[in-house]
Amino acid sequence: MSRTFLGMPGTVSMMGYSGKETFPENAAKAVRNSQLRFNLRKATGTIRGRRASVVGELPDWPDLRQAGKAIKDHTLRNLDTYLVRLEEAVTKAGGHVHWARDAAEANRIVTDLVKATGETQVVKVKSMATQEIGLNEALHAEGITAYETDLAELIVQLGDDWPSHILVPAIHRNRSEIREIFVRHMSEWGRPAPERLTDEPAALAEAARLHLRERFLATKVAISGANFMVAETGTLVVLESEGNGRMCLTLPETLISVVGIEKLVPTWRDLEVFLQLLPRSSTGERMNPYTSMWTGATEGQEFHLVLLDNGRTGVLADDLGRQALRCIRCSACLNVCPVYERSGGHAYGSVYPGPIGAILTPQLRGMGSELDRSLPYASSLCGACYEVCPVAIDIPSVLIELRGRSRHPVAERAGMAAAGWVFKRQGRLARAQRMGGRMRRLVPKRLPGPLGGWTDTRDLPAIPKESFRDWWNRTDGGAR
Amino acid sequence: MSARDVILARVRAAVEGVPDVEIPRSYRGPEPATDGLVDLLADRVRDYKAVVHVVEEAGVAALVADSLAARGVRRLVVPEGFPETWLPSGGFERIGDEPRLSAADLDTADGILTTCAVAVAETGTIVLDAGEGQGRRALTLLPDYHLCVVRQDQIESGVPGAVARLDPARPLTWISGPSATSDIELNRVEGVHGPRTLEVVVVTSG
Ligand code: SF4
Repeated sequence: MSRTFLGMPGTVSMMGYSGKETFPENAAKAVRNSQLRFNLRKATGTIRGRRASVVGELPDWPDLRQAGKAIKDHTLRNLDTYLVRLEEAVTKAGGHVHWARDAAEANRIVTDLVKATGETQVVKVKSMATQEIGLNEALHAEGITAYETDLAELIVQLGDDWPSHILVPAIHRNRSEIREIFVRHMSEWGRPAPERLTDEPAALAEAARLHLRERFLATKVAISGANFMVAETGTLVVLESEGNGRMCLTLPETLISVVGIEKLVPTWRDLEVFLQLLPRSSTGERMNPYTSMWTGATEGQEFHLVLLDNGRTGVLADDLGRQALRCIRCSACLNVCPVYERSGGHAYGSVYPGPIGAILTPQLRGMGSELDRSLPYASSLCGACYEVCPVAIDIPSVLIELRGRSRHPVAERAGMAAAGWVFKRQGRLARAQRMGGRMRRLVPKRLPGPLGGWTDTRDLPAIPKESFRDWWNRTDGGAR
Repeated sequence: MSARDVILARVRAAVEGVPDVEIPRSYRGPEPATDGLVDLLADRVRDYKAVVHVVEEAGVAALVADSLAARGVRRLVVPEGFPETWLPSGGFERIGDEPRLSAADLDTADGILTTCAVAVAETGTIVLDAGEGQGRRALTLLPDYHLCVVRQDQIESGVPGAVARLDPARPLTWISGPSATSDIELNRVEGVHGPRTLEVVVVTSG
């Protein structure tokens, strides 16, 4: 099970909480926050329903899912070849490619590129990779201000806060809180909120439109991530809803995209699979409002691509764990996760929350901190995340494996409880504990090797009569 | 060793001995066009709260005139190569992008009229590739109103057909309904930064 690291695994870094508090501690706090719980419940419930209906519309969904999984596995197996091919294609199309081993290197590259333009302000489109490396903070230290332009990210940035959901990062804020944040803080960052701003969503969106429009027109450098990169053609792809992405990708003179090396697909044709899998899994729409694709320097723009490792090659070296790199960040697994629904994204102490965060964060960041050691316990192993995952990542199996590698008795005892997984009545708890059974049917009573660390402290339960999913649907997560 | 060499070496060490996989492509590929595609596209675009009209070739100019009048559009950007026969003879101020309009100028236009490269019926999507009658990407971004004319023979049933028809070397924008956000308590609000109104005219081949 040892990970093969080449280079300096110790330098892998990720923004996040201090790591002092464990998942159960964070979750216990979140569970007491009833606004967060209410919002999350409403949000995840709505998206779950939408996703199910648009996924059900496609007769070939299982085929697309198999293709998506295989394309990613094939890419990861040949990642060196495809990275080199991508570099060639982007360069040929007039773009510049940079390679970053870790967060510090990526931040330095971007900072230098921005400085070379002579600008001190940049606009940003929501990107988990730049959040992961703490780019805004690094730019700030060098006198460069990064303006987030996604509505939710704007809410998070103005509120001096952390994102709580991959897709809807401000899901923990309600409309009156958002109004409050706009009225108080917009003027500190630029155009103030309109007078007599109401808390109607349309009015709040209009306030954001006005606040950001001036900035889009004036700013000369933009920083983005990307959902996909096509090795064959050098094309980058960004899916979004609001149009702030298009603003950032189109208007500024210089565009810098920071992208994890796992975002690659080999051929142009492969996009036909992911453009179907991602929007339907993510926002539960047949298609998201805007998807931009560009190849190299476009329409006179200067283009830089920063390829980011930051621990990904370490994950790639792990036979079971590498499947986490297939993730296309759709957030479907968050929306079906009973633990996430109760604890919220912040409890995971990482830019990658929810089930995928529970397997990705400890692998990327290592299990040095209490928090990261406790993350693999932030699950009831019900298997819902695996069922909805458009690239079939077997999150429960990876969780069990990670638990085996790093036992965390406190998290194990407290994890489910503090995560809101203690349902008020004993009967519910008993039932909750049986859920893992569905998964564990597949494994022997005592797992061999390091996995024993997990099974040693658990009585493997009897197979429940009713599956977790059935129970969850019937009782609305124990609410009835 | 450069960062590039280190990362590539790490990758090679990580995947050494890992078996490769075949990619099963049993999902639906490009499909031949059927008569139902016009209606399907119209329905699916309407689902995004966009306005859709279906007309015959001869009726396009009159319909465009009505739409502009209904929206009160005065200053209209018309990209180079937009078919003259689809343009009403008057009633608006025509703005071209030659020489290139500044972003600030574009911001003051009332609307933009374009063709498209491909449309996807199943997802209600129009795709622009900055070609004839479409112009560069900013043109369909800054004005608050976008009127797009789609020819029936440009409609593909699904995403694979559209991907096969598009040229990756061109800048592409896939548009499915007006700009929207669900960031506030998950209520969908049309129009944050892109055009708040999208109107699509589908021209049947008769
Ligand atoms: S693990 Fe799967 S379901 Fe979760 S975000 Fe990634 S791709 Fe989506």
